[in-house]
Amino acid sequence: MNSFLIIIGVLLVLVTLYYLFRVQILASVLKGSYKKRVGVSNKVNAILFPIFFIVMFGSVFLINGTMSKRYLPESASEHGVITDNLFWITMAVISLVVVITHILLFYFPFKYQYDENRRAAFYPEDHKLEYIWTIIPAIVLSVLVFFGWRTWSDITAKAPENAVSLEIMGKQFAWQVRYPGADGIIGKYNFRKIDNKSNEFGMDLADKANFDDFVPREIHIPKGRPVVFKIRAKDVLHSVFLPHFRQKMDAVPGMPTTFWFVPKYTTSEMKEITGNPEFKYELACTEICGRGHFAMRYILVVDEPEDFEKWQKEQQSWLSLNMDYVDQIPTDLRKFIPNYSTEKIDTKVETVVDTTGSKVDSLSNKISFNN
Amino acid sequence: MSVVDLNKETAVGHDSHGHHDEHEHHELNFIRKYIFSEDHKVIGKQFLITGLLWAVIGGALSMIFRLQLGLPEASLGWLKPILGHWITSDNKLDPEFYLAAVTMHGTIMVFFVLTAGLSGTFSNFLIPLQIGARDMASGFMNMLSYWFFFVSSVIMFFSLFIETGPAGGGWVIYPPLSALPQAIPGSGLGMTLWLVSMALFIISSLLGGINYITTVINLRTKGMTFDRLPLTIWAFFLTAIIGVLSFPVLFAAALLLIFDRSFGTSFYLSDIYIGGQALDHVGGSPILFQHLFWFLGHPEVYIVLLPALGITSEIISTNSRKPIFGYKAMIGSMIGITFLSFIVWAHHMFVTGMNPFLGSIFMFLTLIIAVPSAVKAFNYITTLWKGNIIFTPAMLFSIGLVSVFITGGVTGIILGNAALDIQLHDTYFVVAHFHLVMGSASFFGFMAGVYHWFPKMFGKMLDEKLGYIHFWLTFAGVYLVFFPMHYQGITGFPRRYYSYTAYEMFGGAYQDLAFFISIAAFITFAGQFIFGFNFFYSIFKGRPATLNPWNSNTLEWTTPIHPEHGNWPGEIPTVYRWAYDYSKPGAEEDFIPQHIPLTETLSSNLPHETDALNGIKITPTH
Repeated sequence: MNSFLIIIGVLLVLVTLYYLFRVQILASVLKGSYKKRVGVSNKVNAILFPIFFIVMFGSVFLINGTMSKRYLPESASEHGVITDNLFWITMAVISLVVVITHILLFYFPFKYQYDENRRAAFYPEDHKLEYIWTIIPAIVLSVLVFFGWRTWSDITAKAPENAVSLEIMGKQFAWQVRYPGADGIIGKYNFRKIDNKSNEFGMDLADKANFDDFVPREIHIPKGRPVVFKIRAKDVLHSVFLPHFRQKMDAVPGMPTTFWFVPKYTTSEMKEITGNPEFKYELACTEICGRGHFAMRYILVVDEPEDFEKWQKEQQSWLSLNMDYVDQIPTDLRKFIPNYSTEKIDTKVETVVDTTGSKVDSLSNKISFNN
Repeated sequence: MSVVDLNKETAVGHDSHGHHDEHEHHELNFIRKYIFSEDHKVIGKQFLITGLLWAVIGGALSMIFRLQLGLPEASLGWLKPILGHWITSDNKLDPEFYLAAVTMHGTIMVFFVLTAGLSGTFSNFLIPLQIGARDMASGFMNMLSYWFFFVSSVIMFFSLFIETGPAGGGWVIYPPLSALPQAIPGSGLGMTLWLVSMALFIISSLLGGINYITTVINLRTKGMTFDRLPLTIWAFFLTAIIGVLSFPVLFAAALLLIFDRSFGTSFYLSDIYIGGQALDHVGGSPILFQHLFWFLGHPEVYIVLLPALGITSEIISTNSRKPIFGYKAMIGSMIGITFLSFIVWAHHMFVTGMNPFLGSIFMFLTLIIAVPSAVKAFNYITTLWKGNIIFTPAMLFSIGLVSVFITGGVTGIILGNAALDIQLHDTYFVVAHFHLVMGSASFFGFMAGVYHWFPKMFGKMLDEKLGYIHFWLTFAGVYLVFFPMHYQGITGFPRRYYSYTAYEMFGGAYQDLAFFISIAAFITFAGQFIFGFNFFYSIFKGRPATLNPWNSNTLEWTTPIHPEHGNWPGEIPTVYRWAYDYSKPGAEEDFIPQHIPLTETLSSNLPHETDALNGIKITPTH
């Protein structure tokens, strides 16, 4: 019933509008305003341009203050401070351009509205003027692009040797992170080794560098040290976006990508800066990847360097948490498994077959990890 | 500009006159006259009406996702009759349909509305009329161009209604998402239809483009030298060149994607584990697709924009009653934009993992393209200066175009800067940028063109008052919708998100702004129906048009009010001057059409024109 009434109401409004329209036409026919070159409308439109200018720039001016309170807090990475500056400088330049051009663009229609007693100026070209407004933008752009290029080159330069590295992999619809562990090397992987159980990274267990790699539930990085993200994708394109660090890079299946940056503030420092005791660094996906694209949230924590070291030591290696994968490790490499011991008796008894097919019962009975 | 030896002109070959007689003597039946027509004017109108219908569909899709973004709590059960199973059991929009709506909105607006609808309409309609030709070089190919577009449209439209939904991987259809139906249902049949439809669309575009180029080069009337062409024609001509050179690359990209999807090749696919299994594809590169896509994708921006700029040049000059300022600079900057548009594509790919050095190169090239764009904006403003301005709805939309072209264009300086693009790439800042500079500007050009040439198309006038309301509503509307998106972008809001509540950094903070944008979008969209009413009402009941309602100089206004196929009943007029002799000192009227000989305007001829009349050869000094 309600929707019926709404439809009737809308129809009535439309019919009324239609008749207003017809009356308006008849009125102009009677007044003969069609015969004149311009009518009152010309004046109205001419005045509306400056009014539009005032309303538009006035409201932008008013809203800017409110909006700026919602912007991201100051950059939590060192390069972000530079790009933020460059952004706001460029923004100031282009705002100036927009305001000046719009003053002219919206004032001229008002000033030069049609007047039958006046002739427009025949002014087809002016080379001097044209040179000026070609050269000035060219110079301004050159300066901006030069600083942009310098910054870009620095940001994308090779990461320093002492950088902390970690691997991040995007998949539908989550992120997974892997750290190199004590050896400092992220183990090799092969996408064919990915399985439906625990080996989501496709870690190649013939590479002993994988033995101490660990897979935490959130990212931890140390403040003040360069951090390298080694980025890959499991299924489709994703993109690692860390808004607080002004950093972004696509995750591409089959083509590992990377970025690095130096975090400036720990999570707890950021809590103070933002005044938000719940503050967390968040990671988002910015390359459309399917149904859950909007919900690929991941948490990143920036620690003081000593806290980071402590956290790193506390982490259990992936292998130690997934002991059933030991059977995929060639026997001769098993001695490299950290804290791997034959001393303690494991409760779990199983028969492990190595790659050559020979039984290794004597060992498997005693597989255990000391953590 | 018009420094040309007149005696030489009389020698210019002029054989297009002969064959109009054969058209006059036999009546074509209804089907050949209005459906499978070879008349460029009818084909232009076919493109126009199809384009407008697509605009309604594309706009309606954006309304659906603005509902989701602005009113995420709202119950959308009332959309069930239209969207069916895409409304979930708790009366919410399905996230996959959200993505499909975003994808189809982009595809429809970029290709079907602003390429076919804008360029298809006005290139077809205006090229022969403004250069003084009976029709296109090949009327038959031109007809095929429309019907390929029609079939392409039907397929794309059909894809909206299939069970698995239309393509949903974004209008850029990046593989692997677009290649794997396991990844998103839209990459099943929907994507196949998308690719087939686009392949046909490209054929249509190429048939049209080759025709436009040939016609402009070969069929100009006597005296219509390149330096006398109206800027509209220059714009259509360069647009066609861009299209002919870049669309085949998209065709290649689509073809390889079809191979990857259906025939097991690995051009774009490698190292993929999805749906519980590792795929056999190895060695391909998703980045290759992006390079191929943007090799068309970036020029496509100018395919959409240049016709709008051309139309605007013509309308601003006519209604300011002033010559367009810097005619040659306008042509030069359009040629510059055309050339540069081919070598800036990778600025869409700064953070895809492309070599950063390549990023530097493309950053330099990209910022160069801002210079000719700036020149164009300054020239428009200077054309208004000391004009005698008549505000037709077309003129309003043209001034509006210049405004959104500037406000949208300047943010390109930020996005083209690779260092700044890191943060802003794929955020709402980009959405704001291209919706203003490409979407709104081209749409304004489209509307300006319709208002300006409606009398020539249908022999009737559109209602001015409704036009004014339409303009001010739309002008305020696009700013209210797209300007706030800059703020969202600066705060890092990513594009193509169904909801922002998963994040603390986005959650809630901007919900009021999203709501505001949505309401503004609903009103702006509703406002377009004022135009829709005006358009169809005026076709049938509009005030009859006069021969030259805007006192314009170009040749189309020398044809009868209802031109037949062949355009001019008698001889094609000869052209003696450029298209911009407005308010020439010494002239009686404030305009001198192109077909008026210098001998009839002795009082207003400029010194070099007088010399030309007297047979003195002049070499241009600049």
